[in-house]
Amino acid sequence: MKLLSRSLLAASALALSAAAPAMAKTFIYCSEASPEGFDPAPYTAGTTFDAGAHPIYNRLAEFKKGTTEAEPGLAESWDISEDGTEYTFHLRKGVKFHSNDKFTPTRDFNADDVVFSFERQGSADHPWHQYIPGVTYEYYTSMDMPKLVKSVEKVDDYTVKVTLNSPEAPFIANLAMPFMSIVSKEYADTLDAAGTREDFNNAPIGTGPFKFVAYQKDAVIRYQKNADYWGDAPLIDDLVFAITPDAAVRLQKLKAGECHLMPFPAPADLAGISADPNLKMDEQAGLNVGYLAYNTTLAPFDNPKVRKALNMAINKEAIVANVFEGHAEPAKNPIPPTMWSYNEAIQDDPYDPEASKKLLEEAGVAGLSMQIWAMPVQRPYMPNARRTAEMMQADLAKVGVKAEIVSYEWGEYLDKSMEPGRPGAVILGWTGDNGDPDNFLSVLLSCASAGPGGANRAFWCNEEFSALLAKAKVSSDPAERTKLYEEAQVIFKDQAPWFTIAHSTQYVPMSNKVSGFVQSPLGDYVFDTVDIAE
Amino acid sequence: MLRFIFSRLLYLVPTFLGITIVAFAFPRLLKGDPVLLMAGERGVTPERHAEISAQLGFDKNIVLQYFDFVGRLFQGDFGNSLVTKKPVLSEFLTLFPATIELGFVAIVIAALVGVPIGVLAAIKRGSWFDQLSMSAALVGFSMPIFWWGLLLIIVFSGNLGWTPVSGRISLMYYFPNVTGFMLIDSLLSGQKGAFLSAVHHLILPSVVLATIPLAVIARQTRSAMLEVLGEDYVRTARAKGMPARRVIGVHALRNAMIPVVTTIGLQIGVLLAGAILTETIFSWPGIGKWMIDSISRRDYPSVQSGLLLVAGIVMLVNLLVDLTYGLINPRIRNK
Repeated sequence: MKLLSRSLLAASALALSAAAPAMAKTFIYCSEASPEGFDPAPYTAGTTFDAGAHPIYNRLAEFKKGTTEAEPGLAESWDISEDGTEYTFHLRKGVKFHSNDKFTPTRDFNADDVVFSFERQGSADHPWHQYIPGVTYEYYTSMDMPKLVKSVEKVDDYTVKVTLNSPEAPFIANLAMPFMSIVSKEYADTLDAAGTREDFNNAPIGTGPFKFVAYQKDAVIRYQKNADYWGDAPLIDDLVFAITPDAAVRLQKLKAGECHLMPFPAPADLAGISADPNLKMDEQAGLNVGYLAYNTTLAPFDNPKVRKALNMAINKEAIVANVFEGHAEPAKNPIPPTMWSYNEAIQDDPYDPEASKKLLEEAGVAGLSMQIWAMPVQRPYMPNARRTAEMMQADLAKVGVKAEIVSYEWGEYLDKSMEPGRPGAVILGWTGDNGDPDNFLSVLLSCASAGPGGANRAFWCNEEFSALLAKAKVSSDPAERTKLYEEAQVIFKDQAPWFTIAHSTQYVPMSNKVSGFVQSPLGDYVFDTVDIAE
Repeated sequence: MLRFIFSRLLYLVPTFLGITIVAFAFPRLLKGDPVLLMAGERGVTPERHAEISAQLGFDKNIVLQYFDFVGRLFQGDFGNSLVTKKPVLSEFLTLFPATIELGFVAIVIAALVGVPIGVLAAIKRGSWFDQLSMSAALVGFSMPIFWWGLLLIIVFSGNLGWTPVSGRISLMYYFPNVTGFMLIDSLLSGQKGAFLSAVHHLILPSVVLATIPLAVIARQTRSAMLEVLGEDYVRTARAKGMPARRVIGVHALRNAMIPVVTTIGLQIGVLLAGAILTETIFSWPGIGKWMIDSISRRDYPSVQSGLLLVAGIVMLVNLLVDLTYGLINPRIRNK
């Protein structure tokens, strides 16, 4: 009798454990596009990072949830030398890499992995630099890492020293970006031996909160909770990305309960989502800016007075209300208000056609005709450039300025808008990479970026402004940097190389059952803290 | 017959070469530079631009690039995608079954529904059924697919909850990809309910994709039937006192089917075009959506090899059709 009851107990325990997977918490995310691959280093798209870098990998430093502030990740701490060029990272111990059917790690994460993660991107003769034909490391290159990093040395198993060619305050923020995800050297060696290097990208192994399970191209990505995660383990058991490119269809899936959360709702759907009792919506000011850049090297736009006058002729509120349907904040500074060092005190140029006319007269400009370039694509910072341009055109006509709207194919637009001597003003924008003001101001407005290959489409080179940026870049004192950037914004507003349009709002609709989702100012979708009530 | 087959195969050579030229030239004739598109708002220095172009082989003379492309084709190398860096052939083969499955079901629906409607409309010419079905066909033929798909989703998935919104199968089913055809793989998996779920997911997209071909087939069937019904032999058959069902079913329909079958064959091209939109709306992982993505990113290797593969398949299908005609009709093969 006793024996029987024991075996019954065992059987019921077995049945329970067999039933457990059915009760597993599965979180479904209706993602907007397919990832290009899973190795974060060769790619630049946010979608790719959401599918690879964030669930599967970690970095030496990580952005603190919901902020752009870097905090320790796989490095528990770091020391910076007096001159700001030597970074010594103390690595976290006991961090395990994932395993899959082809690979089981024999050791914990260590300094070899860090050195490998840097060198495969930075040195062209590294055996893993070209592990897939045609692979390039655009993010590493565009963040100027090849120029910046002098050497990466393993001091001991848990200490790595990175030497820079010059001090760079945003360096730690760069390390928290997806392209600097730490990959496993042991996995690379295993794949080398097996002759299946492409699996490094197709069957990724990382240290992150979720393990990669499978990807059905253009359809579904599956992940499983990493039970050995070094940080707080995820609350859900399975994570699924259901790739759904159309925004209206994503919303229908969300409403039908086929997924729990979606990115990028169509602006026209926002009111309906708010009214739906089964859904809720998270909103946050995006880390972006949309702008109109004058060509400040071309008369009469080389005269700040003329630029100011044009800025005062355009009705910004109307653009925000109509083009953005109110889902944006009018911009007065080149950096968004969610970013540290945003200068609250600055007064925007008022919308005042009469004053504008007067200023133009004072500058001796009459019968001005100009071009406004409208980009052909929709971006998070600019839902409809053509319509924006038309509204600007109408406003400018009221002060006697004749504007002609031009557009080109997107690649051509990006290229031609950087050609010196370009006629007219260009509508464009920017979304921040790492939350550092330098990533906006230096990239978009410094003298160095006003030449070929840069992104300063106003060709604006103000020595004083650039000097402030250079000073801030090498300072490691946040208070000093804040002050310098605030001063820089004063010069910007005074000189008006741009008409700053708006900072658009990011909306994340989700089911009422979802809790714990924290929006990232950088626009990342990360699910290690989400939970669902069943 | 052998000579006929050989001559048909010989025709393929210049056609294939022509297609390689078109497939190679098409993405390059579009404005836009893949390297600039990759760089985005940030821009790329001229040196870096040159470096990447050289790495991708774009710095070479365009004629050399073409011969390089064709030379690799003969070694079975279709190139690697600029975006995913993966072999184009393997990407194509992963996605193609999904398109075939959807297209096949759609054409079956179109034929099974379209032909009877056309026949009935012809027999009852001028009746309310004729007028209603032909007006509906006209609407179907001019239907904007994107709008139509979304409308069906909102009504049948959103409001009524009868069909799933998108995807190929419920996410609770997970099994390895064997053939790439969900209907077959779900049966092979042995998981309960998987096949039904796959069928359930196919309903809306295949109806949407079938809409235009269905309208064309119905109209074509009606006009072919009307023509045949006016023929002398039909009148003779009727005069002999043959039952109406036999006159229509045997004498008229068989003869009317010849142009209809040709029309159905021609719908393959329409299906591929419709697949682009249908796949996008229903998140269907097929080659239509893939081609559009590749074109918008100026992914030259994917576009050129993708076009070539699709054209190659259409060419093979045409060859088979030609050969079948030859088998049926000696006049064709002896010409």
